[in-house]
Amino acid sequence: MDTLALSRWQFAITAMFHFIFVPLTLGLSILVAWMESRYVATGEETFLKMAKFWGKLFLINFALGVVTGITMEFQFGMNWSAYSRYVGDIFGAPLAIEATLAFFLESTFIGLWVFGWDKVSKKTHAAAIWLVALATNLSALWILLANGWMQHPAGYVLRNGRAEMTNFFAVATNSYGWLKFLHTVLSGYVVAAFFVMGISAWHLLKKNEVNFFRHSFRIGASFGLAASLLVVLAGDFHAREVAETQPSKFAAIEANWKTQSNRAYSLVRIPDVKRERNYIDTLKIPGLLSFLAFGSTKARITGLKDIRADLRPPVMITFLSFRTMITLGFLFIILAIFAFVYSRRRELETRRRFLYIMLYAIPLPYIAAQLGWIVAEVGRQPWIVYGVLKTKDAVSSAVSPAQAWTSLAAFTVGYGALAVVDVYLLGKTARKGPDDLVAGYGAAAPAGEERP
Amino acid sequence: MIFRVIWFILWTVLWAVYFMLDGFDLGAGMLYPFFARDENLKKDILNTIGPVWDGNEVWLITAGGATFAAFPTTYALMFSYLYSAMLLLLFSLIVRGVALEFRGKAEGQNWGKTWDLAFFLGSFLAALLLGVAFGNIFKGLPMDAHGYHGSLLGLLNPYGLLAGVLFVLLFAVHGALWLSIRLPGIDKAKKASALAGRLWYPLLLAAAGFLVYTAFATHLYANYLGYPLLWVLPGIAAAAILLIKFLTLTGRDMAAFLASCVTIVAVVFTGVAGLYPDLIPSSLDPAYSLTLFNSSSSVYTLKIMTVVAVVFVPAVIIYQFWIYRIFGRTNTSGRAEKEKAAY
Ligand code: HDD
Ligand code: HEM
Ligand code: HEM
Repeated sequence: MDTLALSRWQFAITAMFHFIFVPLTLGLSILVAWMESRYVATGEETFLKMAKFWGKLFLINFALGVVTGITMEFQFGMNWSAYSRYVGDIFGAPLAIEATLAFFLESTFIGLWVFGWDKVSKKTHAAAIWLVALATNLSALWILLANGWMQHPAGYVLRNGRAEMTNFFAVATNSYGWLKFLHTVLSGYVVAAFFVMGISAWHLLKKNEVNFFRHSFRIGASFGLAASLLVVLAGDFHAREVAETQPSKFAAIEANWKTQSNRAYSLVRIPDVKRERNYIDTLKIPGLLSFLAFGSTKARITGLKDIRADLRPPVMITFLSFRTMITLGFLFIILAIFAFVYSRRRELETRRRFLYIMLYAIPLPYIAAQLGWIVAEVGRQPWIVYGVLKTKDAVSSAVSPAQAWTSLAAFTVGYGALAVVDVYLLGKTARKGPDDLVAGYGAAAPAGEERP
Repeated sequence: MIFRVIWFILWTVLWAVYFMLDGFDLGAGMLYPFFARDENLKKDILNTIGPVWDGNEVWLITAGGATFAAFPTTYALMFSYLYSAMLLLLFSLIVRGVALEFRGKAEGQNWGKTWDLAFFLGSFLAALLLGVAFGNIFKGLPMDAHGYHGSLLGLLNPYGLLAGVLFVLLFAVHGALWLSIRLPGIDKAKKASALAGRLWYPLLLAAAGFLVYTAFATHLYANYLGYPLLWVLPGIAAAAILLIKFLTLTGRDMAAFLASCVTIVAVVFTGVAGLYPDLIPSSLDPAYSLTLFNSSSSVYTLKIMTVVAVVFVPAVIIYQFWIYRIFGRTNTSGRAEKEKAAY
């Protein structure tokens, strides 16, 4: 493999690894902040215990989010230096803004939250975790505006042998980026909600701390229901934006070969990429695809055959990832509805089968989110900046295949090890439950400084 | 022009502040296995840096991000030319961060020992590599029209290594002084300040050697000959180094720590003032040096970034300062000793 292929593997592996931790951080920060605020408002110890227990899991996850994020930032320069040179004028700005605006807030106030239990007032302490939640979501906004720009470049000209920014406002209000932001943070909320429900389900099955976990489950269920409805809604808007701005990606996610108006949506479809058609294409709903994409059953949709072969993304992987993401999306809505209803009616403990399902559903939102990124990034190929720069022209010329092999191997092994430690720690902490987390603030509570 | 110069200065400020802040927690990490023999003292040390290390490291991320935004060509070439060194730095930072956060999350002899070692190695290597990188930047990288002609081993030349040693010692003294103002209990604080006093001698030696060697290995002094006013910077650095010793001897640890902050900032400014207008000189042919003219973003981008920096960086400084105060106030009461605290 050459440096290009190796760098692509490395970027995909490290980005997807980073994105294992990111979505949970996005959602769980809000849930923990909510729990602590409830404590401040009601004075009920259960809420404090909750903030501490879920907060501890949050921190284990957060640590890996931080360290794997540094890799992402270094990599643009290390592996994609031609890219960095060509678009740095635009792309660098949101990244730098993300750091000054979001990372400082996040990292500073997480320190206060972890170590400040008995150093600041209850309100200030709760404010700290709200600031962390705000900051992680702000960081998502800016990085996704950067990524949104790669998907749908705006506010620039090609000049002096590179892309130069001419309108910051256009970059900051890029609708593609904002839709991405909405869809992505909501996907994080789904991840967090299912995480909380799944772990609570395990404890409810074991009948540990029933009250505590029933309550946690309920919070997860409300949050999860709202998030799983909204993520699908945002995804629908997102797909329309893709249809409009990236016809090649849209054709690939639907495995749509022929250009036609009034396209039907096939519930079952299996593409035959070699012969540029579909093996199976049935259960059609007339006009639905045109309608979904452009709001009118009459709209014309570009087919892959009308796109130059060298400008088409890999069809099979894009198509399958998209279909699976959507299927999961609807599954989450169904599960969240049941979860919501059962927890409201207080019949969770009797629904053992459902609790098992929720336990085993923990990984599913993670998978949906990973698949989403595959759709977005693989579907954009061969472009790295859609219509502006190809991936093959973006790689560093100074990096030898030997160097790239070394780093790829190092990341694979190093990250693999981190994953093992992480799963071990999360599992151990989650199973242990909240018993030994002494609740309370102030000098009277010796565990106040125990990392919650 | 003016915005390019502003960003050159801001770029220096970001690196200087990064070294000043992360310097002490890297330093504490290097001293950790030698200074702390028992579990209580270990936890005390970790507790002093726990609340702040991530906030400190974000200065590095911001320095990197600002390099990307303001000098994209420099960012692109520096990171890809120094690929293997960057990879090592990255892993040091990862290992160190994970060690800090995970050490206290489970128990057991081996668990603790493994992360202790990782914490030490990560801290030490990061400090050394940052020094080696800056030494080589001062010296210039072998680059020309055909790209880069260096290698990882090439970076470990005597001058680069001396810069690495200088950074390690600077941070070690800085870290010891940090411990002297933050460790709970007078005994421990005294011990830390005495350690800083002892480490000060090799630091002085390395700093003096570095100043002399710089005259032979780099062109940094050319600017100083042109603008003698610049000698103020190394002057401040030298005065601050001497003050460190004086203040530790007279038992004013807080002041000594501040003096070592000033030392670090002044050392960075001394080096970068010599670089101007280069960000990275070419050691082969000055025509291929990366300067603030040929490697910067467009003026439009620089203006936007200036607004961002002017609005948000002061805010960051204010709330980070506030956090330092919160954790400064109560730590001396010795509470942490009684409690099996955080990490
Ligand atoms: C949708 C959200 C999202 C996406 C697409 C990315 N990140 Fe990220 N990143 C976060 C959301 C996030 C976060 C939620 O804010 C994290 C995760 C855990 C954490 O501590 O903060 C974070 C941490 C994090 C850090 C560490 C910050 C610290 O020390 O506190 C860096 C340097 C980056 N990221 C950089 C990147 C880069 C260069 C990306 C592009 C390839 C990237 N992230 C993708
Ligand atoms: C703002 C954030 C992001 C930016 C700027 C970005 C940019 C890039 C770049 C530079 C590449 C390399 C080109 C290539 O390998 O083809 C890439 C590929 C890729 N990225 Fe992203 N990425 C971002 C976020 C993510 C995240 C969070 C994930 C996953 C969780 C992801 C998944 C992928 C995958 C799977 C590829 C490989 C695609 C392929 O090579 O065919 N990306 N992206
Ligand atoms: C019916 C439901 C859904 C629809 C219609 C949908 C639509 C889309 C589309 C069109 C993209 C590609 C955007 C691009 O190419 O830039 C995408 C990406 C993505 N999806 Fe979905 N999605 C759905 C459900 C979900 C669910 C349930 C999750 C996770 C829990 C999820 C997570 C993601 C993520 C993380 C991305 C990548 C980031 C982005 O491009 O926004 N999606 N989705």
